[in-house]
Amino acid sequence: MSTVILLTLTGLGLAALYFLVASGLSLVFGLADVLNFAHGLFLGVGAYATWWAAGNLPGAGADGLGFVVAVVFGVLAGSAVAVLVELVLIRPLYSRTIEQVLVTVGLSLAGVALLQATWGADARPFPRPGWTRDVTSVLGAQVPNAGLLLIVAAAVVLGALLAFLRFTRYGLIIRAGVENREMVTALGIDVRKAFTLVFAIGGAAAALAGALGSVYFGTVSPGQGGSLLIFAFIVVVIGGMGSVVGSAYAAVAVGLLQQFVNYYGTSGLGDLCVVGLLAVVLLLRPQGLAGKVAHA
Amino acid sequence: MTEVKSPEVPAPPAAVPDELTPGHARWHGLRPYAPLAALVVAAILPYSTVNLPGIFEGPLNSPGTLQLLAICLVFGGLAAGYDLLFGRTGMLSFGHALYFAAGVYGTDVLVTRAGLPLWQAALLTVTGGTILAALLGAVALRTVGIAFAMVTLAFAQVGAILVARDFGGLTGGEEGLPLDVSGLPAALVGVTNTVNLYWLALAYLALVVLVVHRVSGSPTGRVLAGLRDDERRIGVLGLDPYRFKLVAFTLAGGLATAGGVVYCLIVGGASPHVTSSELTLSLLVMVVLGGPGTRWGPVLGGILYMYLDHRLTAFGTSDAVNNLPAFLSHPLSQPLFVLGTVFILAVYFFPGGLASLRTRLTPLTTALRRR
Amino acid sequence: MTEPVLSVENLSVRIAGLHILQGVSFEVAPTGVTVLLGRNGVGKTTTLRAIVGLTPRNGEVRGTVRMGAQSLLARPTHRLVRDGLGYVPEDRCVFAALTVTENLRLAERRGTTPAYDKVYALFPELDRRGRQRAGSLSGGQQQMLAIGRVLLNDNRLLLVDEPTKGLAPKVVTEVAEVLERVAESVPVLLVEQNLAVVRRLAKDAVVLSAGRVAWTGDAQDLLLETALTKSLLGVGSEVPVSARSEPGLRAPQSRTKGGSA
Repeated sequence: MSTVILLTLTGLGLAALYFLVASGLSLVFGLADVLNFAHGLFLGVGAYATWWAAGNLPGAGADGLGFVVAVVFGVLAGSAVAVLVELVLIRPLYSRTIEQVLVTVGLSLAGVALLQATWGADARPFPRPGWTRDVTSVLGAQVPNAGLLLIVAAAVVLGALLAFLRFTRYGLIIRAGVENREMVTALGIDVRKAFTLVFAIGGAAAALAGALGSVYFGTVSPGQGGSLLIFAFIVVVIGGMGSVVGSAYAAVAVGLLQQFVNYYGTSGLGDLCVVGLLAVVLLLRPQGLAGKVAHA
Repeated sequence: MTEVKSPEVPAPPAAVPDELTPGHARWHGLRPYAPLAALVVAAILPYSTVNLPGIFEGPLNSPGTLQLLAICLVFGGLAAGYDLLFGRTGMLSFGHALYFAAGVYGTDVLVTRAGLPLWQAALLTVTGGTILAALLGAVALRTVGIAFAMVTLAFAQVGAILVARDFGGLTGGEEGLPLDVSGLPAALVGVTNTVNLYWLALAYLALVVLVVHRVSGSPTGRVLAGLRDDERRIGVLGLDPYRFKLVAFTLAGGLATAGGVVYCLIVGGASPHVTSSELTLSLLVMVVLGGPGTRWGPVLGGILYMYLDHRLTAFGTSDAVNNLPAFLSHPLSQPLFVLGTVFILAVYFFPGGLASLRTRLTPLTTALRRR
Repeated sequence: MTEPVLSVENLSVRIAGLHILQGVSFEVAPTGVTVLLGRNGVGKTTTLRAIVGLTPRNGEVRGTVRMGAQSLLARPTHRLVRDGLGYVPEDRCVFAALTVTENLRLAERRGTTPAYDKVYALFPELDRRGRQRAGSLSGGQQQMLAIGRVLLNDNRLLLVDEPTKGLAPKVVTEVAEVLERVAESVPVLLVEQNLAVVRRLAKDAVVLSAGRVAWTGDAQDLLLETALTKSLLGVGSEVPVSARSEPGLRAPQSRTKGGSA
């Protein structure tokens, strides 16, 4: 029994990581039609900025409030890079979908190489508060605190995103834009401002995933975002592009499936099952679980 | 280029086949023979002992140089095959590495683990890779556009996982699997026979270029071009876009598998990096840098990319770079940083790639001549 | 003649290499309804979309379009709309997942007071169904929402694309009534296939044929010319039952089967 609980909670921890990456990808894709390969870079920037801040930024550190400051710095850095990417690289190619994807591909290659050039290719130990290394006993299962932290963070982000989409003017514009971007402009709204906003939000969420994921794994390396990104893409497709709620459901399904099958089957089999799930969903519902609709 | 409204903006080069652009009249008679001449020059290249310092480390006929050239040629062919999907049909597949990797690992596993003779292993591998492409294409092509890109990416990821996790101890996992050369034909083994591998790679490249050329000139090729420009129009004509796309996907997959077989022989084994999504991304970079939808653009792009990828590492550790301040020398020592940046600039400023340079330079040269 | 509110000069549109419009020129009078007519596929919708700046990316637009002294073609859609060019697209395009109220709120603009009184007076149904998802409205209600959304703000000109398409005869009449009232205060450029509606609303007519202007002039004159309407519009199959019962509407009564294909 305790094994099942442990697997469920670690699976949810993984799901939390996927959700943080996928929610931004999904919104960016749903609204702006940009398949953002550079999203993994935002994650890397978040992780390295947190790592740097913990060691160098006054007031920040590896423990207590200092760690919170470091993570906030990392999230802001990820968000800032995302905004910069949107304004400088994506916006001039507005509505030229393929070129935009190509630019993010180039950016993901060059960006990771830049991280590698600056901090080396090898994984570095990540500063983390002492309590995140401990475990908490949940119904007899010894669950790592770092995993629980991820789950809580993802839940908070999910709640905040839904509230933002439902109750704010920009949330309304984003929901409408996911459905029919052209019609939003035909109502006199400059939808490109909303693009910048979803990049900022997506960058922040990915950077948070980078920082907290590094706490979970204990190390940070330049290529970290790459492998996560592929599963996040799968989550986005299964959940339906543009749907935050769909991403959350799909992340949970993928995380749990992966964790359980990898444990009870051979290692790696869970990853394969996830792709199998993707194929099944696509054959049954080509538009994904939630379709191209931003549900609030 | 925002909304295209000015009459002087040239049509995207992808839409204009290379052979239709008017060139200088005196060239017209010779142009059909230019590819043949290039092939002959490439074929007799290994007999040259010319030393090109800075460009290659040894003389042209040294095994190191020939191996690098062979790899470049294979990727030239690979990029040309990928362009059948991207440039000529408008399909953005992010999983092309899978079929290449199937070729590399298929050959390696069948020769090294199953002990099959090379020709059987190669035949089985290419057949298997083609069937794999047909099956996965049949599923993936139920989606279009960006969803298609994501699905192909996911399928390729399965390949990467299978190889990395080393199911059944076949692939050697992260370590890779060196090719057991004991059963191979003697002409393909050993440093002194690198020249034969070079010719093999050249033959592969020629084959791919020929196939892609024949296909794009055929009625099927015109349908594919129609799919690229406006899929609905093909549907209106009563043709089934799905079937045509599947044909292109399968053919490109088969060509990539064949490339994998050759590559496996050249580098003497398989390593997991050939399964990575980065390889597909590099293919995309090669095609876009070279010029999608053109006959020679992707080939040149592939050759140049692989050359730079190998040589920039040496360039990055050279004194010229090391003497630069750290904020310049560190990024410049990363080939992918340089290539990624060049790629982004190319997307902005040379949307037609290398192949469009000539048409783009024409106004400039005529302007200069008038002075 | 008074200054036109909109003048289109030599407008050409090419999409994916196909010439959809070739040198279209016409003017829209500052009052009343100007109707844009033509068979299916002659480029009526393309014309409206080119005016409001929504030509697809693989399209190429040439020519000039002016609203008053202002040239429109180089400006982004949202600016044109904010400057008073209201656009009601074909197939309504309401946001199906949003509620009626949210659909309306989206059209609100900073610095101006949205004219909810006016809209709810025209369409009391929208007030009553505020919390309903727009996707669950009937076709007629969706059309009311699409028009109401645009009327929340002041407009100098409305572009309305086939507002009666696919609606039941009774609803067609309702929509026509609404447009009639709207047109009292703001000029309308209307694309419409239903000749009964055209007859009721239109003052001027522009007829397109194969991407060119084939006829311009008084709309009621056009409708009297049976042979002309038949050859240019291929009328017959699109006229609903309610239209045929109206006396004096002669053109559509000569039914030509398959002429509109």
